[in-house]
Amino acid sequence: MKQLLILSGKGGTGKTTVAGAFIRLGQTKAYGDCDVDAPNLHLIMSQDIKSIRKDFYGLDKAVIDQDLCIECDLCRQKCRFSAIEADFGYRVNHYACEGCSLCEFFCPQGAISMKPAPAGELMLYNDNETVFSTARLKMGSGNSGLLVTEVKRQIKESNVAADLAIIDGSPGIGCPVIASITGVDMVLVVAEPSISGISDMERIIRIGEGFQVKMAVCINKYDTNLKNTERIENFCRERDLPLLGRIPFDSQAVWAINNGLSIIDIECRSGHALRTIFEKTMKILFE
Amino acid sequence: MKIAVLSGKGGTGKTFISVNMAAAKGKARYIDCDVEEPNGYLFFKPQEVFSREVTVKIPIVDESMCDGCRICIDFCKFNALALIGNKIRVFEEICHSCGGCLLVCPQKAIREKEKVIGRVEQGLSEGVQVVTGILNIGEASGVPIIDYISNIQWDPMELTFIDCPPGSECIVMESIKDADYCILVAEPTLFGVHNLNMVCELVNLFNKPYGVVINKYLDDQNPAEEFCFEKGIDIIGRIPFDKELGAMNSEGFIVARESDKYRQIFLNLINNVVQGVHHEAAINSQR
Repeated sequence: MKQLLILSGKGGTGKTTVAGAFIRLGQTKAYGDCDVDAPNLHLIMSQDIKSIRKDFYGLDKAVIDQDLCIECDLCRQKCRFSAIEADFGYRVNHYACEGCSLCEFFCPQGAISMKPAPAGELMLYNDNETVFSTARLKMGSGNSGLLVTEVKRQIKESNVAADLAIIDGSPGIGCPVIASITGVDMVLVVAEPSISGISDMERIIRIGEGFQVKMAVCINKYDTNLKNTERIENFCRERDLPLLGRIPFDSQAVWAINNGLSIIDIECRSGHALRTIFEKTMKILFE
Repeated sequence: MKIAVLSGKGGTGKTFISVNMAAAKGKARYIDCDVEEPNGYLFFKPQEVFSREVTVKIPIVDESMCDGCRICIDFCKFNALALIGNKIRVFEEICHSCGGCLLVCPQKAIREKEKVIGRVEQGLSEGVQVVTGILNIGEASGVPIIDYISNIQWDPMELTFIDCPPGSECIVMESIKDADYCILVAEPTLFGVHNLNMVCELVNLFNKPYGVVINKYLDDQNPAEEFCFEKGIDIIGRIPFDKELGAMNSEGFIVARESDKYRQIFLNLINNVVQGVHHEAAINSQR
């Protein structure tokens, strides 16, 4: 199974819109949403079946037994994450605790133990023909990289025979993005012709280069700033990055999303542009 | 007063709003906490920039003292250590710098070195003090950079604007923890609403007073506005969808500095926020 990941660096450039359209165009049997911090793909990929829900646990977190604690303060002094609060008895701030277990190791009273802590949930839609894996990170949680890995594992371990998997990525360049890129065959970068979009695209491309994964670029809302569109195209030529096309700004696209549809489901300019980009992407992915 | 600007979804206009509010105020501090993709400085083009490195502690093993007992490996919850051949290897990218390994090593063979993961830049743009956190490419977590910024002893400033990363995970919590008020930026799409709901939960959890700004406001169908009406959330501003404004912004212009018309929009927004904070303070003093 070849895996295609859609990324952008900057948020809001159109990753999910492109992913949704590609899934339709390729009649894709396997797809996932790795933007676990703000998942949206399910909003335009209506599902007839119910999902199988599973709790996701990150690392165990520290819990202090108040009966055993003698308030010696050792845990608070040793914790590098300022996760021990001593305002009303000694307690662990679960948002700050990263689960290193140093406090458990040092507590002379054995008052601290590590307990499982839910960090999000995984959802899997599988009707034996198509599989869709998605997740939602619990608010304020870390562990996003681990959850992304689980989303991808659900696709890989499913019984569905698919030669193509399309994965919607998250913005940024940090942990969840690194976990998303690991093991994929190709990254399609959706760029946006603004100075922020260009700066963020350059950063995400440097991440991709570090992974030595196939990469290509398309430009969304290209007509909102033609000068910057040309700057992106020049940047790609200099780096020998395949440029797969320009997508126009299209108010119809907003209409489609607000009605839970992919832009391929309606007749519109942006949908047309994406058909060509999809064909070119598949050529590179399977070459 | 510290005002945090956040949104679940990326690309709704956090940087646009926070940059222009700071610029409209004239004398203010702008802090870019979106360390994975910082963009505010592209607009402000600050002068007299000075930069400080942000480091984390990473273990190094003295091979002459290590007897390969594996106690450090077994202790490390992050799997950042491995015995390869007869040498301990440290995977720096996944180390959380908890300091556990050196404390548990019976041979005292482990010490720590400082590893640079990014930097904080500080400069001036007219009256605005511009502070930018920047994560190095390839690093997994920007949380230590945000910690670093919040631990700097800043001179008093009437208004500070904090431009937050997208999402609702731990790095966003770090960014808003000192804020007096949160502005949630929403866009009028189904995606925007879904993610707005998630950040609303986050700010509620922290008991922060907040209001919503609807960006790219259109007169037709507006799921974000409907959502706010339904939940009784204050809408403190609507910024119309405006091609001219979009084009200026995509070029890196600060619209509030370019025209009085735009400047007034952001001054009104500041007024609404200040009133919101005072209102909240009045309610709290009555309790």
